[in-house]
Amino acid sequence: MANAKPKMQHRAKLMRTWPLLTPAVGVLLLWALVPLAMTLWFSFQRYNLVDPTISGFAGWSNYKFLVESPAFLASILNELVMVAAVLVITLVLGVAFAVLYDQEFPGRAIARLLVIGPFFVMPTVAALIWKNLLMDPVNGVFAYIARSLGFTPLDWFTHAPMAGEVMIVSWEWVPFATLILLTAMQSLDRQQIEAAKMDGARGPQILRYVILPHLSRPITIVMMMETIYLLAVFAEIFVTTSGGPGHATTTLTYLIYQKALVAFDVGGASAGGVIAVILANIVALFLIRSVARNVDL
Amino acid sequence: MKASPLQKLIVFVLGWGAALLMFFPVAWMVLTGFKSEIDAVHSPPLLIFHPILSNFTHVIHEGDYLGALGNSVGIALGATVLGLLIAMPGAYAMAFFPNRWTKDLLLWMLSTKMMPAVGVLMPIYLICQKSGLLDTLTGLVLVMMLSNLPIIVWMLYTFFKEIPGDIIEASRMDGAGPLAQLRIVLLPLAGPGIASTALLSIILTWNEAFWSLNLTSSNAAPLTAFIATFSAPEGLFWAKLSAASTLAVAPILIFGWLTQRQLVRGLTFGAVK
Amino acid sequence: MCTLELKNLRKAYGNVEVIKGVDLTINDREFVVFVGPSGCGKSTLLRMIAGLEEISGGELLIDGVRVNQVPPDKRGLAMVFQSYALYPHMNVADNMAFALRLAGVPKAERDARVAVAAKTLQLDALLDRKPANLSGGQRQRVAIGRAIVRQPKAFLFDEPLSNLDAALRVQTRIEIAKLHNDLKSTMIYVTHDQIEAMTLADRIVVFNAGRIEQVGTPLELYHNPANLFVAGFIGSPKMNLIGAEVVQTDGSASMLKLEGGSGFAVPARLAPGAKVTLGLRPEHIELAPEGGLAGKVEVVEHLGNETIAYADIGAAQPLTVKLSSDAPVRLGETLHFALRGHAASLFDEQGQAIALPGT
Repeated sequence: MANAKPKMQHRAKLMRTWPLLTPAVGVLLLWALVPLAMTLWFSFQRYNLVDPTISGFAGWSNYKFLVESPAFLASILNELVMVAAVLVITLVLGVAFAVLYDQEFPGRAIARLLVIGPFFVMPTVAALIWKNLLMDPVNGVFAYIARSLGFTPLDWFTHAPMAGEVMIVSWEWVPFATLILLTAMQSLDRQQIEAAKMDGARGPQILRYVILPHLSRPITIVMMMETIYLLAVFAEIFVTTSGGPGHATTTLTYLIYQKALVAFDVGGASAGGVIAVILANIVALFLIRSVARNVDL
Repeated sequence: MKASPLQKLIVFVLGWGAALLMFFPVAWMVLTGFKSEIDAVHSPPLLIFHPILSNFTHVIHEGDYLGALGNSVGIALGATVLGLLIAMPGAYAMAFFPNRWTKDLLLWMLSTKMMPAVGVLMPIYLICQKSGLLDTLTGLVLVMMLSNLPIIVWMLYTFFKEIPGDIIEASRMDGAGPLAQLRIVLLPLAGPGIASTALLSIILTWNEAFWSLNLTSSNAAPLTAFIATFSAPEGLFWAKLSAASTLAVAPILIFGWLTQRQLVRGLTFGAVK
Repeated sequence: MCTLELKNLRKAYGNVEVIKGVDLTINDREFVVFVGPSGCGKSTLLRMIAGLEEISGGELLIDGVRVNQVPPDKRGLAMVFQSYALYPHMNVADNMAFALRLAGVPKAERDARVAVAAKTLQLDALLDRKPANLSGGQRQRVAIGRAIVRQPKAFLFDEPLSNLDAALRVQTRIEIAKLHNDLKSTMIYVTHDQIEAMTLADRIVVFNAGRIEQVGTPLELYHNPANLFVAGFIGSPKMNLIGAEVVQTDGSASMLKLEGGSGFAVPARLAPGAKVTLGLRPEHIELAPEGGLAGKVEVVEHLGNETIAYADIGAAQPLTVKLSSDAPVRLGETLHFALRGHAASLFDEQGQAIALPGT
């Protein structure tokens, strides 16, 4: 129907929709605005829950104090390293798995289920299973493998704490990338691949000229969705290293948590919160634009 | 063009090899849950051992675990049912009676999901504290419902959009008013979609760790928070940790496997189908 | 009893007017077909009659009562949708009984009415099936059955055959014609297929760009198209439309010079120098030994019962000629054509028909 769009929009006039929309829009509006406004307000206040004598307008001092603390720069860097490393790992493996599990082989359906399984493991379980059962330097499976190959087992959370976190978080998010890219893969017209083969394209060329272009948009979406979630990684650090040793695994999220619920420094935590919101919004802007192009009414 | 037998073999080996590697931590966890504490820390790791059930019975009979399980179930169901009730009318209105603000409204809802939780940690904590919702099921239900509401609205919206307009119009010709349309035509047709939306909401709520770790201490702590207590040095019982983890993960893993196809659109806001 | 009156009916989406004032009276028990190219507004008009589309201007009267604001189910009309729009979670019987159930008709009566409709449509054996387990043709019959059980004042069909394959389409077309004979109720049928229109209609309404081009019985439209649009739309193969200029007028006849140079005499008094269009139906052209229109045969289609030839007469479009199957036509040969009887049509520069005697 050439005039489907105006027709649909016109129907709206036949019915008042705002009573139906009010509940969802109302609560989301409160949820989105009130806490954010409070964070902004607190970030300019002297406010500590354990010391009521600290009070009054703080100006930019909360921000100044935060930014000048050695932990802040480290936390931003850690955050970036974590997000970037996990993104690269999950996207490379995600594309590889999407292509692999798009092929027919006996038991493929079950193998697929096994690959996406880790996504449904709660973060605290994932982190503790990896930290103890797998990565423990004495009794862990990795240590055993290292010893049997003649290496000294690595004490991950002492000597390579960030690498340890990246491994755990990647394991949780590879399934996400795989699941979405595999779904996108299945919408690829098989005849395109057959045509490319008739044109003489071999495996790597098919990947480069047919598959990757087809996946480019889903990859962008996976990248942005993951970034949003990865910026907020918390439980894994909480149960494995608590941000340590030193500040080695303190991300911005974890730093804010420490200021908030360990030091009860409302002002400082809120200043950090504002920075976190700004960081996330930069990514969110691109993500929403990309989703917007895909919405058809 | 058929793949050669060698290619087929390579794909088979790679496919299963990668699958087993990815799933190994989960499988190892389940296995360890059946070991004695001694066997659990045995080096070299034991593949063959005398399986016992005592870790599971021990975990189940321990008060904390059952309480946490109850909390997890309560929070997941509460947040899901409440979320669906609030989201459904809105999604229905936007899918069937769109106007020129509908798209902006949907994108704005999506944008609220982009807000990092830690950015509003302090205000939410203080609001919960002041209103007595800290460490209560109600508090967590509300917070989790709100944080998943955009996803629920979006997912329902995309499912409602798939119902052919002709069928709704036919029911209007047949004399169905708005309520009858919802009850007799829409709900049966969108039933599977609503079910998978509910499952995604349950999965996300069940596995949520930021708010459950920060807004609960003992009363309302769900399984994510309960498992975290094993990170304390004195709690290092690998077999019991594994047994408790297995029990916490199993139901959601099965839900997730059942709905994997529909999850994609929920997780990508309909951008990948 | 059902008479529908459309009085200056209009529909606009914002500033875009898609129905530009339609006046039409549909008589009781009449089978009226709306036909026209896609986007001409015929479906929109049907939906306005159904009540699924708001009326922007004018009046719609059913049995003399203004129904502009009456909701669809209160207009007493039933509609058969192009996609059938069956409720996928209900079986055939429930689908057919749904409107009655909503209207609060007792179960016994519902069952009786469904049984009667099912018998008419040979759906008896399928009543317990879900739509997913039916073939396209069966779904179509259920959609019609759903309309029948409501015993509506009038039936509305929105391109009901377009999702069926060719063989089934012919068969279902015949069934709909029979149904109209049996039920004797008013039917409005929308299609873009002029064969469906010709075979089913008591009267055809030809639409173009939101306006009615012509209303008439199938044969009226065929023999006396009011304008170029109708002439080109009705008939298959299409009428040959050849540009021409009046070169000479002699008493009650005029001589035309056709595109490509041939001459052609028409029995009408026309102003010399006027630009006209000559319309010749392919089936009204026959082979002549010499003279008349000469053209080289470019394509020959042997259909068994007849032969269609396309000949280059020097005009923009080749001349389409319908000949008997044993006509001696060979590719590349030059043939001469003459008009059988006086069955030509003539259109002025504005595309309006010019009356010719004897037609």
